[in-house]
Amino acid sequence: MNAGFDWVALAEYSAIGLLSGGLLALVALGFVLIYKGTGVINFAMGEFMMLGAYFFYTANVMWKLPTALALALTLAAVALVAAVIERLLLRPLSGQPVISVLMATIGLASALHGGVDALWGGNNYEMPTLLPRKPLTPGDILIPGQVFWSFVLAAVIITAFTLYFRFSKTGIAMRAAASDPLTAYVLGIDVRRTQALTWMFAGIVGAVAGIVVASMTSLSPALGSAALGVLAVIILGGLDSIAGAIVAGLVIGLIESLTAAYLGGKVRDIVPYATVLVILLIRPYGLFGTRQIERL
Amino acid sequence: MNSPAPPLLQVDDLHLSFGGIKALQGVSLAARAGQITAVIGPNGAGKTSLFNAISGFYRPQQGSVRFAGEDINRHKPARRAAMGLARTFQNVALFRGMSVLDNIKLGGHTRLHANPLSALWYLGPARREEMALRREIERDVIDFLEIDHVRNHSVASLPYGLQKRVELARALAMKPQVLMLDEPVAGMNREETEDMARFILDIQEERGVTVLLIEHDMGLVMDISNHVVVLNFGQVIGQGTPAEVRRQPEVVRAYLGGTAAAEVAA
Repeated sequence: MNAGFDWVALAEYSAIGLLSGGLLALVALGFVLIYKGTGVINFAMGEFMMLGAYFFYTANVMWKLPTALALALTLAAVALVAAVIERLLLRPLSGQPVISVLMATIGLASALHGGVDALWGGNNYEMPTLLPRKPLTPGDILIPGQVFWSFVLAAVIITAFTLYFRFSKTGIAMRAAASDPLTAYVLGIDVRRTQALTWMFAGIVGAVAGIVVASMTSLSPALGSAALGVLAVIILGGLDSIAGAIVAGLVIGLIESLTAAYLGGKVRDIVPYATVLVILLIRPYGLFGTRQIERL
Repeated sequence: MNSPAPPLLQVDDLHLSFGGIKALQGVSLAARAGQITAVIGPNGAGKTSLFNAISGFYRPQQGSVRFAGEDINRHKPARRAAMGLARTFQNVALFRGMSVLDNIKLGGHTRLHANPLSALWYLGPARREEMALRREIERDVIDFLEIDHVRNHSVASLPYGLQKRVELARALAMKPQVLMLDEPVAGMNREETEDMARFILDIQEERGVTVLLIEHDMGLVMDISNHVVVLNFGQVIGQGTPAEVRRQPEVVRAYLGGTAAAEVAA
């Protein structure tokens, strides 16, 4: 065993890890949007991913609609579902203890999960490939095309949302409504409308992530649980920080990839959580989170 | 005597209670157009509850709030704001983490025809509209209130007196018809109080904005108000010009206690 360490392999695993972290960051953005905008941790985020993927499969494969049209219909449908959920489930619960709202989103997750199971069945479906598969070969390393392009897509969406929140009139109103609803009301901002909008945006973000993930693997109700892995990301990043979601997404992607490569697939799911645990011992509010967030 | 201006904001027989606590018991008052009306009273008299009912945060059990002749009792707070009802809060309620300019621009929010997608065609009418608003805010709000030097600061970094002024600026950016100020000079030193008094008078005199004001600083209230309404235990116990109110025994009793009132009467 004196052939020396394979640096090329390390570079490849690292690159793949960082790039696959893009999708983690995208899903994390969905969590952060809702937490920042409405103070709710939405445990049904994974179900938004699942719903998006199933809607897209139905429109694109079963109804044979063109990809762009199917995508537009899917995003509109998921946004609508998110708005209805906000109106019927979350709004009546506003002002209730955090834990009640949290339980409601867990219940929502099961309901959506069961609904999808009942409508589409528990089978695995083969999703059409959306992103180019052609691998990229910078230097000696090889990066699968889908991993690279999913990262690019995630980066574009995250950038767009960040700019939107920072500069657009509606984005600033949403931030204002999140930080102080009463004052926002007095300035003529319809806080309920901005909260519904927050849910719609999060639904769209989740749906895109779900479609991409399903097109890279396959489509089954298990997709709904995929977002639970992202919990490590948002807790690491800090629940209320978009920057935190991005950095933590990349870090967790990297850790997952490296542990899978060097320690084996079995510990792949454990190491990220263990890392998060250690970091939280040092920074209980996450890497970028606002201090004094109540931990659950 | 000159004929009084018509009331722009009128509150009639307002009753508001929280469980067993009766915050307002039949309060009626009017803020006349273009005048400064002050609401005074001891702590717990119901002043802020009254403001919150006018803003639309509390729904009174009985009575009505009329704005420019229209009954706005059922309007949501955002709608009332859009109609021209602006206010500031007793505790500084700025959006921390945003700059002074962003805070003030949020005051102009209701006057932009923005929707969630308008950012997409930012180069079109939305941009022109925003530019016009920005110029107007520069001139009528930022220069007017002399906060040009701190416009890009984060609000959290400003001294308290200046934060209160930024909050006033944000309310002014709404181009309100009625400006409700909840203790605008609380906690301010003498110089800051004098600045604020000057601004309030300018807002009323130069722009014809109707002002409704809660304040404990009697010097300020007596100096700038046209009309004073005294609340105690959720009821109006006296009103009139500053000079009249000062002599009313009920008012003196509420503020100074029974014995002092007897001495004044004697």
